Amino acid sequence: MYWNPKYECMPRDEIKQLQLERLRQTLERAYHNVPHYRRIMQEIGFEPEDLKSLEDLRNLPFTSKKDLRENYPYGMFAVSLSEVIRIHSSSGTTGKPTVVGYTRHDINIWSEIMARTLVTAGVHKSDVIQNAYGYGLFTGGLGIHYGAEKIGATIIPVSGGNTKRQVMIMKDYGTTVLTCTPSYSLHIAETIEEMGISKDELKLRIGIFGAEPWSENMRREIEERLNISAIDIYGLSEIIGPGVAIECPYKNGLHVHEDHFIVEVIDPKTGEILPPGERGELVFTSLTKEALPMIRYRTGDISRIIEEPCPCGRTSVKIGRIEGRTDDMIIIRGVNVFPSQIEHVLLEIGQTEPHYQLVIDRIGYLDILEVQVEVSEKMFSDDVKSLEILSKKIQNEIESTLGISVKVKLVEPKTFERSEGKAKRVIDKRKI
Amino acid sequence: MLVKQLSVFLENTPGRLYSVTSVLAENDVKIRALMLADTADFGVLRLIVDEPEKTLKILQEKGYAAKITNAIAIEVCDSPFQQMQKILKLLSEQNINVEYMYAFSGETPGKALVVFRVDDLETAMEYLKREKMTV
Ligand SMILES: [Zn+2]
Repeated sequence: MYWNPKYECMPRDEIKQLQLERLRQTLERAYHNVPHYRRIMQEIGFEPEDLKSLEDLRNLPFTSKKDLRENYPYGMFAVSLSEVIRIHSSSGTTGKPTVVGYTRHDINIWSEIMARTLVTAGVHKSDVIQNAYGYGLFTGGLGIHYGAEKIGATIIPVSGGNTKRQVMIMKDYGTTVLTCTPSYSLHIAETIEEMGISKDELKLRIGIFGAEPWSENMRREIEERLNISAIDIYGLSEIIGPGVAIECPYKNGLHVHEDHFIVEVIDPKTGEILPPGERGELVFTSLTKEALPMIRYRTGDISRIIEEPCPCGRTSVKIGRIEGRTDDMIIIRGVNVFPSQIEHVLLEIGQTEPHYQLVIDRIGYLDILEVQVEVSEKMFSDDVKSLEILSKKIQNEIESTLGISVKVKLVEPKTFERSEGKAKRVIDKRKI
Repeated sequence: MLVKQLSVFLENTPGRLYSVTSVLAENDVKIRALMLADTADFGVLRLIVDEPEKTLKILQEKGYAAKITNAIAIEVCDSPFQQMQKILKLLSEQNINVEYMYAFSGETPGKALVVFRVDDLETAMEYLKREKMTV
């Protein structure tokens, strides 16, 4: 089922033509209204009319979170504040918050994108959506809210927290669609079990989860425990909020709304554009936004572009699930390695919460990557042979994922310090 | 007889064996037998102790990956080698694979206990009983 088949199923060449026209308008708007964009274009001797094809976009410099911070709060806006009808912002826990603004037109576009997003995920007008994303400065809550109203579904704006009340509402109000972070959905599942409510008492059928990285294993667990179809959603406030990309029920990548955004994947180190299928940093350019046009915004999120046509009939390119952040990247023998790729392999092998550490050393001129994996109760067997097989299996899977040889070492449980928040995953002993 | 054997995962680095045996000593665990199987990187320590379940809890609380597995213990005397031969022959006739074995001195003076870990525990027990081996 489609919300807007004209755009969702538009032939590729027409999408490209539309993108080119809209990109030209975006560059014009940015050049004439945002001093930052005018300066960086002038520095490389680029005028908006120099854009002859979509390929010319690659000549333009990237935009980063740093640019938003340097122009805090409204310096990147392309309209006067009187045109802005809404502000959202990040929490600013790691520095100055990033502030984003929307004109009335932007809000309408976002609602349209979110309506499309929800329908792509399988939501109907007759659904009851329990929106447990936070309402407030965070874009998650209101983003889903406007999309749900647009398609005429019933929205319950419960926001996050108070899990017992969430479960009560879910049961009594007949919730059919749950929207929240994947980890919170598992917390809800646990609470449902604790409260002694059976799955048959709930009408839940779809969950739309995002705002944090998750895995296929986690999807299986959520789907089984809540008896739903779990859909991955992607977005970030700098680009618009939730709804930049969404999975369809085929769950083989997230459709990008290409009539509103251009997606590129680059090598985070060199900035070079990578071919479809290769992992790198996601870069988005907005095509229709008025208040805050974004040109080649570096998301810091690692994924890849999937070009193969989707059986659902939508013609847009897809992105793979988010596999990590560029901040975590390490380069070994010239190959970009993300700890999350290794974590993914361990999860697929059946570890529920893998504890591991990557030790990189240089012996002679060769970089050696040793993956140390804690042996969990579940993995441990009395048999030395099966432990060796397990170790070899981990090695093979990691090598085929990364494309470089690694050494795997099984270590005792609790070898690695458990810290609040981020564990120290990488020990780089190389002296370069 | 069927014995509950305790297996513990150990890294093959200096001091690991000492550290696990220290934990056992601190908790007054009576070790009847001990055997270490190892590779270049890691080892599996197998123990026969008086209270396997309690010991398992102690080790797990200390953060070791440990589990209890069933093994066969058979008392052998005087000419242990011949008796062992007999047992091994019996097992091989039934196509039962011996994964590993180790011996230790039993409670009866002059006798030893041999611990067998086999792939088909049930069949092995059945045949050893039928052949009136002291099982
Ligand atoms: Zn699709």
